[in-house]
Amino acid sequence: MKIEISKMLQKKKKQIIDLWMKNQMADATLRDDLISNEDLRSQSEELVDALLKKLTDENLTNIDSADFDDVYEILGGISITRARQGFSPRETGTYIFSLKDALLTILQQEIKNDPAQLYEATLKVSKLIDSFGIVTFETFIKGREEVILRQTSEITEISTPVIRVWDGILALPIIGTLDSARTQVVMENLLQEIVNTGSSIAILDISGVPAVDSLVAQHLIKTVSATRLMGAECIISGIRPEIAQTVVHLGIDLSNVITKATLASALKHAYSILQLEVRKKQLAQNSSKTN
Amino acid sequence: MEKIPILKMGQFLLVTIQIDLYDRLALNLEADLVQMVSKTGARGVLIDISAVSIVDSFMGRIIGNIASMSKIMDAETVVVGMQPAVAITLIELGLPLTGVHTALDVEKGMALLRKKILVDGEEDDVDDDGADYGSE
Repeated sequence: MKIEISKMLQKKKKQIIDLWMKNQMADATLRDDLISNEDLRSQSEELVDALLKKLTDENLTNIDSADFDDVYEILGGISITRARQGFSPRETGTYIFSLKDALLTILQQEIKNDPAQLYEATLKVSKLIDSFGIVTFETFIKGREEVILRQTSEITEISTPVIRVWDGILALPIIGTLDSARTQVVMENLLQEIVNTGSSIAILDISGVPAVDSLVAQHLIKTVSATRLMGAECIISGIRPEIAQTVVHLGIDLSNVITKATLASALKHAYSILQLEVRKKQLAQNSSKTN
Repeated sequence: MEKIPILKMGQFLLVTIQIDLYDRLALNLEADLVQMVSKTGARGVLIDISAVSIVDSFMGRIIGNIASMSKIMDAETVVVGMQPAVAITLIELGLPLTGVHTALDVEKGMALLRKKILVDGEEDDVDDDGADYGSE
């Protein structure tokens, strides 16, 4: 007599959930600090519900079946929430794979007398849950990637402040790696600010740029040329010894660009272009005499 | 047909482009300007492109050409008031306009021209150009 695995599992739903919960509770990686037991239970129940409702003996072997769309959706939801809550991949994986343990235990109890059939059923269920596991991982990683993308765009937005250091002098400290997209943002911000403030000197400080390769240098040269086209002078400051070494080794020609080692010396140079002078205040007696 | 006026101001020629340039207009401007430089013997040319919002590689080349031509005829060219978008476009097109002087606005451009002509000219007081910067 052939036993219908799906029917049998559907009948044992309550037991499966209980067993699964027990497995999860017993597991050392249980994170009751991130999710309460009630939430975990309702989450698990929802998943088992959706799975068993759609499970038939036909689609048990067909993991791509459209019947499982609901299940994948719930899995995706769980996985993404867990990625955001800060679960580790192992914890999320263990969550799904502990369902397999529960299902297999039930199968074992029910099909005691027929090892061949038990083997076959075990194989099918394993395969199904494995595929669920993979989907979980995919969505988990996607969730993490979304977090990373969002942070990247936030960093791009906040990390390009244009500072007005003096009348007619702008400074733009660049922190982090310069790629094409960031260069574009930096360039646009800088040029717009030059127009707004009517500044004639811009200082580009790259002490926060970890490494300069030929691409980054090209981006810098582009920014300098664009500034020059606008009618302002651009000084690159914050060139560390390592950067100077790489630039020369790469054969990048920065001879048309004013470069300074520190922001202070760049500012000094800017003052001299604007014919300004910073001087120590003279003593009150002296100044009153001269006046 | 539209024509871009070229105004004579002392030693300098002043060109303000108030409309978006198209190819024919730009070519005419190039020809007219060179004619004017030779006729008036101007020492400097100031081109204000603050109203130009679109450029292509052709326009970039024309601006570069005008500068080189004036230079051969002993007149310095200053391009003033370039918009950020225009500057970025020219750079992305690979036209950094190396021979062209630039300034933020007409006032600064005029000061630059005066300084240039003073430095190049007979009055050889380079050290003292601070006083002449805005006053002459």
